[in-house]
Amino acid sequence: MPAEFDSFTSGNVETRRRRLLTEPPVVRTTLLTLGIGFLVLFIGLPLVTVFTEALRKGWDAYLSALHEPAAFAAIELTLTVAAISVPLNMVFGVIAAWCITKFEFRGKSFLITLIDLPFSVSPVISGLVFVLMFGLQGWFGHWLSDNNIKIIFATPGIVLATIFVTFPFVARELIPLMQQQGTEEEEAAVILGANGWQTFWRVTLPNIKWALLYGVLLCNARAMGEFGAVSVVSGHIRGKTNTMPLHTEILYNEYNFVAAFAVASLLALLALVTLVAKSILEWKLKQAHALHAKSIANAES
Amino acid sequence: MTFSLFKSNPGSRRSVIPGFGITLGLTITWLSLIVLIPLAGLFLKSATLSFDQIVAILTSPRTLSALRVSFGISLGAAAINAVFGVIVAWILVRYDFPFKRVADAFVDIPFALPTAVAGIALTSLYAPNGWIGSLLEPLGIKVAFTPLGILVALVFIGLPFVVRTVQPVIEDMDKELEEAATALGATRRQIIWRVILPVIFPSIATGFALAFARAVGEYGSVIFIAGNLPLVSEIAPLLIVIRLNEFAYAQATTIAAAMLVISFVLLFIINLLQRWSARYAR
Repeated sequence: MPAEFDSFTSGNVETRRRRLLTEPPVVRTTLLTLGIGFLVLFIGLPLVTVFTEALRKGWDAYLSALHEPAAFAAIELTLTVAAISVPLNMVFGVIAAWCITKFEFRGKSFLITLIDLPFSVSPVISGLVFVLMFGLQGWFGHWLSDNNIKIIFATPGIVLATIFVTFPFVARELIPLMQQQGTEEEEAAVILGANGWQTFWRVTLPNIKWALLYGVLLCNARAMGEFGAVSVVSGHIRGKTNTMPLHTEILYNEYNFVAAFAVASLLALLALVTLVAKSILEWKLKQAHALHAKSIANAES
Repeated sequence: MTFSLFKSNPGSRRSVIPGFGITLGLTITWLSLIVLIPLAGLFLKSATLSFDQIVAILTSPRTLSALRVSFGISLGAAAINAVFGVIVAWILVRYDFPFKRVADAFVDIPFALPTAVAGIALTSLYAPNGWIGSLLEPLGIKVAFTPLGILVALVFIGLPFVVRTVQPVIEDMDKELEEAATALGATRRQIIWRVILPVIFPSIATGFALAFARAVGEYGSVIFIAGNLPLVSEIAPLLIVIRLNEFAYAQATTIAAAMLVISFVLLFIINLLQRWSARYAR
């Protein structure tokens, strides 16, 4: 009997405490409804629309819309552009992160701000700057046309604009992690006789591989999906300088909605795959962080 | 110039790790080639115009209207995102509901989904014959092809920013603080206003500024749904593209330079805000 009494009161205190530490049921329900409603309205419905519109006339129409030379050319161009710009930005990101996190120097935070700069530039302006440099009326326009080199309205311009737009992605993911990991492990490797390359490949890279992959993934999603910057430099030549997002726009403006949404659905699938991979990598990253923290704790004790 | 600016800290112990010179050199070279020189070219180009010409371009009714539409509607969209972003962050951290992890992952959709795809999807949703548009039509509300459509697109684009800046702060927030306040007799409402909001406010401000900065420059998702009527629903990035297609390079460049200057001021404010929220987070 006394035991029962005890548990009764303690249970009561516990529920009372929990009630005071959260909102009243009415407020909870309202917040849940608002929050979930907002997500469904602004994220769920647009995403569902892409696929229902693409399949509006059935699978055959969907597949035949994709089985088209212009669509193939757009897919090929998008893959080519990503295949050039993503590795370049990956290498740059690692180099920049190494420089920023392994050394102390004046002007470091200024350098980080400069690397982040493309994030705060409108995509349209990112394209415009290359038209001003390499377009016919640009700084190098005459020299380029005299030497018969085409950059604007051709693949090199699209690659340049894409590199600009995706510039910060890899460095952004690496810098916080490498800052947190510090320099002790690399210093130990160097003192034990490793050279710079060995230190990077055997010590640093294993520590940052998940964050690196994560950055590359985000960089790739943006590279394949970029619209504004690429639209300014591409010239919209069907079958030649149209990436997948640009091809989507042209089809849509021609009222060819099924085909437009069919190409769009491929890009939406890419986004979904990116998010799934991102969730997996975030989990791996958390593990890596925890492991690192544990190894530090072990070393200290 | 670069070497006096980025010099290894005098007085600090020289690092044994190799590669400072070469990595810094490569970083600055690549950064200059891809980002700094092209951006400088833009400012150089607009500097070839006289002051009067620049003023004339920037104060023409069409430019003014485009800037007003871009900045005004972005402000509205960022405000909506600030309110709903906090609610979404709160329910994701503190409440349980079905498919919570899926919802959490889907918050990033606007980051991952190409803007053109978002643009055509939102347009067909809010067009008069679309799922939402047909519901709003009888009420006399037109979204697609009006400034309201721009607002919808910019809310979509800015959605993750506030959620992702506020969410980690709520996660890190010490529940003991709330417990202590409860023990001292505070009501839940007092705790929300006096304990929780002051802690998360800097992160709300940061997310708001990030969403605003992103919305101002946004192009792909807006042009499909906006209707693009000059003086009414024409955004500044679109006006740049239009001027460029007319080969009016000076005009395009001047509007772009003006937008860049405003964005850089914003970036500076965001940096200050982030430093502020970092101080509060400790």
